[in-house]
Amino acid sequence: MLKHIEKLTPAEEALLSAAETLLEATPQRRRAAETLRERGLPSRKVEAWHYTDLRTRLKEFAGLADTADDGQAWIEADRGLVEAARLPVINGRLRASLADDMPQGVTLKSFEGEGGFADAADAVAMLNTLIGRGGVDMGVAAGARVEKPVELLHGTISAGASAIRHKVAMGEGASATIVERHESADGLAVQSNAVVDLEIADDARLLWVIVQTEGDAATHLAQLNVNLGARAKLTVLVLNAGGALVRREINVDVTGEDADLQIRGVNLIGGETHLDVTTVLLHDVPGSVSTELFRNVATAHGAGIFQGQIRVAQIAQKTDARMACNTLLLSDEAEFSAKPELEIFADDVQCAHGATVADIEDDHLFYLMARGIPQKQARAMLVQAFVEEAFEEVEDEALRDALNARIENWLDRHG
Amino acid sequence: MIEIRNLHVRIADEGIEIIKGLNLSVADGEVAAIMGPNGSGKSTLSYALAGRDGYEVTDGEVLFNGVNLLELEPDERAAAGLFLAFQYPVEIPGVATMNFLKAAMNAQRKARGEKEYSTPDFIRTVREAAGHLGISMDMLKRPLNAGFSGGEKKRAEILQMALLEPKLCIMDETDSGLDIDALKVVADGVNAMRGPNRSFVVITHYQRLLEYIVPDTVHVLYKGRIIQSGDKDLALHLEKHGYADIIGQAA
Repeated sequence: MLKHIEKLTPAEEALLSAAETLLEATPQRRRAAETLRERGLPSRKVEAWHYTDLRTRLKEFAGLADTADDGQAWIEADRGLVEAARLPVINGRLRASLADDMPQGVTLKSFEGEGGFADAADAVAMLNTLIGRGGVDMGVAAGARVEKPVELLHGTISAGASAIRHKVAMGEGASATIVERHESADGLAVQSNAVVDLEIADDARLLWVIVQTEGDAATHLAQLNVNLGARAKLTVLVLNAGGALVRREINVDVTGEDADLQIRGVNLIGGETHLDVTTVLLHDVPGSVSTELFRNVATAHGAGIFQGQIRVAQIAQKTDARMACNTLLLSDEAEFSAKPELEIFADDVQCAHGATVADIEDDHLFYLMARGIPQKQARAMLVQAFVEEAFEEVEDEALRDALNARIENWLDRHG
Repeated sequence: MIEIRNLHVRIADEGIEIIKGLNLSVADGEVAAIMGPNGSGKSTLSYALAGRDGYEVTDGEVLFNGVNLLELEPDERAAAGLFLAFQYPVEIPGVATMNFLKAAMNAQRKARGEKEYSTPDFIRTVREAAGHLGISMDMLKRPLNAGFSGGEKKRAEILQMALLEPKLCIMDETDSGLDIDALKVVADGVNAMRGPNRSFVVITHYQRLLEYIVPDTVHVLYKGRIIQSGDKDLALHLEKHGYADIIGQAA
């Protein structure tokens, strides 16, 4: 018997009241409200949230963000990551009228409603279902080779909470690059929530790029749910370089044989940031490959978490799954926790994981200094080199440079 | 050029004194060879001069063109004109060699109050110096020393030396791990840099390198002190008779 909570927190009360008074009571939303009322937000007693006690950390609910401003000025001022067809989302509302023309092969519909959630531990999706109001339903036609990146640009331009959910479907044999960006200004009390449900059909190739540079007062809860088809290739690049409280979940269900999943991430954690990256990879069929590599830098009072779960089903023979998480701690108060979890039910598989935490190497530092490079600059070069290795396989030079420029910018401000 | 007086160096971690009252003077334009058996303190001397952490100078002084070298940080020593060619250059994945070269050259120029290189000037300078050493521009696009062969690493050290134009080059067993062709390339690089205003301290275990880089003076280092000095014939004597009789004489 599941234990019900005895008393709601002020944040939980406010969430429920906002959902009930402001939003239509759809069946999904009713279920989310019921679940929240009975179980509350997950505390550290819930295993998946052990390192991020959301119940304690989400002290208040900021109320729904104002959506009167369509954000046109903000969108025009945005400098972009790379040349892309932008699809703006401002304060949680899709602004299709301000979108660029989509490349050929990409179709957009607006998606109304809520996407649902698994259970109380699936809190990101539960909150999204509770206060979210749809998003975009994007399709990439079978066989389409879309060269120009499409960017889902999420800007939160005023304080308050917002949630959006997108559905993206890659047709058979299609290829594309899609950027998912989240931005807000420092000092703004933002609570942003974004869920993407991604279906990748057989033989498709997708590069999915997540860039999160929320402000230093932002709570950002995000989830990417993927279904990966046969012989399909998905590369996910993640750059987390902002936010006060961040939970980024990546859930991939490898359901097609010989699929290839590559995840490369950089987590830059400074100030008072608490940043949690949780990935769950399910290998359900034989012959698929997955590689996850995260490079993290924690400084000041930053706290980082990586939870990496890989489950290999009994029939998923010849799976090759590898995971690595390397962290540089640049201050005595910074911390990082890595929790690999491998559950392997097949007997003919290759699975490996490794986690390291260190400072930069003295002999590297000495070498650079012996060539005349001052210590501060030498350290910065080595830190940058360490994190940028995560993106060294990115073939698109403009994209790699843009990601590295954001890393450099963060290190300049926090180094 | 450099005046080392009664130098004592201790490896801080182990608390063991390795250099025990070393005296050495190298004149402008001089090539001084330091030879010695394993464990005599050759690498400790080069690290102490370059300012590596953990190599603690407990006594003595080092004057580098009149400046107290021991008070300077490693980068300040480099900017003052000291260059250490490493015995084992470290591989630094993620730092592109060209970026590293540019950072080093410009940092030194900046420290000396000189104008920094523009990108075209920098590339032209590197291309020319690399050509002399048979180093391809492709190699320089790779991360610093990463995946370089032993010979490539040593050539990359000589390239850095040529680009940074130091006043004093300390070469720590530059011949180790080199085949004869690579050794010649390295020696040619060094010889091309010899001049009245540049000095070399060539640290080596074997006489072989000194056939190609002919020294003005040769010093035998043993148990942290110079126990004998002479000209290039001393190296030939050591090659023929080993260190035993000189060590015997000193004892």
